[in-house]
Amino acid sequence: MSGLDGGAPVSSRVPSVDPLERSAVARLRVYRSKPGVEAAPRFETYEVPASAGATVLDALLWIRRQRDPGLMVRHSCLHASCGTCGMRIAGREALACVTFLDDLGAGEITVEPLANLPLVGDLVVDMEPSYARLRAVGRPLVRESEICPEAQPAEGIAEPTRFEDCIECGLCLSACPIVATDPRYLGPAGLAAAWRSVEEPRGSAVGRVLALADDEQGVWRCHTAWECTEACPSNVDPAGSIMRLRRAIVLGRGAPSDGPRTEGPGPKRCNDERTRTTGQP
Amino acid sequence: MSERERLANRDAAPSRPLDRRRGVAGWVDPRGRRLGGWAFILNRVTGIGIVVYLYLHLAVLSLLARGPEAWDAFIAVALSPLFLFFDVVLLAGLLIHGLNGIRVTLTGFGLVLDAQKALFVALMVLAAIVLLVGAIRLVEVA
Repeated sequence: MSGLDGGAPVSSRVPSVDPLERSAVARLRVYRSKPGVEAAPRFETYEVPASAGATVLDALLWIRRQRDPGLMVRHSCLHASCGTCGMRIAGREALACVTFLDDLGAGEITVEPLANLPLVGDLVVDMEPSYARLRAVGRPLVRESEICPEAQPAEGIAEPTRFEDCIECGLCLSACPIVATDPRYLGPAGLAAAWRSVEEPRGSAVGRVLALADDEQGVWRCHTAWECTEACPSNVDPAGSIMRLRRAIVLGRGAPSDGPRTEGPGPKRCNDERTRTTGQP
Repeated sequence: MSERERLANRDAAPSRPLDRRRGVAGWVDPRGRRLGGWAFILNRVTGIGIVVYLYLHLAVLSLLARGPEAWDAFIAVALSPLFLFFDVVLLAGLLIHGLNGIRVTLTGFGLVLDAQKALFVALMVLAAIVLLVGAIRLVEVA
């Protein structure tokens, strides 16, 4: 938990002005529940002053400062990199730090915690089931492809490090209708990480990863709703990754599946269309 | 414990109850669904409907074993406007499920991934056209 702001401005997008200084009012209907403390979940409605540029996270932090210090909200970076402020906003999974009140219309905005994950309290969920899935496939963190030759590393850094796109926010797990009913499903984030290990092995045991994915609770459990890809704030395209994994598994049937493979189907290049849409170097 | 066993047990004893799992409501909750989500909902609903129809169909066919009178009585009911409406609903379900199945199969082989939305729209337009023609034919035959 972070960000006990003590009344300080909470957004860096509107310099020197608190973005919640009065100009309009947004009505937020916020899910409240403290498991083990309060009897039943409930929704509380708050009227929040909201000016142009204010985000849902700005509004929630205003509620915590001005109305209810007990509201549990998790955040860190405020610019869609840390993945900690994922929640369901107006029925859709989103990062609260980059979801603008202006984009949500004039009506009441329902804010709920991510679905399909254990609730810690209010808008905070336990991410461990998501991390467990990523650990299971030995998800890579640093990618070797897509470092543009023209990228200029910061002073004192010899060469840039390109991290994988997934920010481990869990939006895909919340959006997936299959995770909703099958707790053993490896899930979109885990399978997308598995595909990255196949696409760009970096010395990992691709055969082992494919064997994990080739399972009733792996790629074959997906029912192609594509909601994970739609929800992903980082253009990871989990559904597309699952489909590519299926193809790799089907084409690889009959081949040894437990040995390491050193060659993948080839990484994306830094000037690919897919790379440009990630907005990352 | 093998890797597969660890995977199977990874949620067997969660540190907290999975009290926010959406359950079957997560299949059909229309809030916030995008095109692929609607395709998924349609496929589920039509799939369940077709399975139900299959058993009804077998039950109806069993009338043949009861002689011509039983069958003729059923045919008289089958030509009623209400029954014809259900025929059109059945045709719609078969078209949606079957044509979307082509899309699901293609994407399942890693094909047309970037065009899966356009493919769904095109197939549903085709379904609507065939449904219209089929509905007119059904009424004409009746």
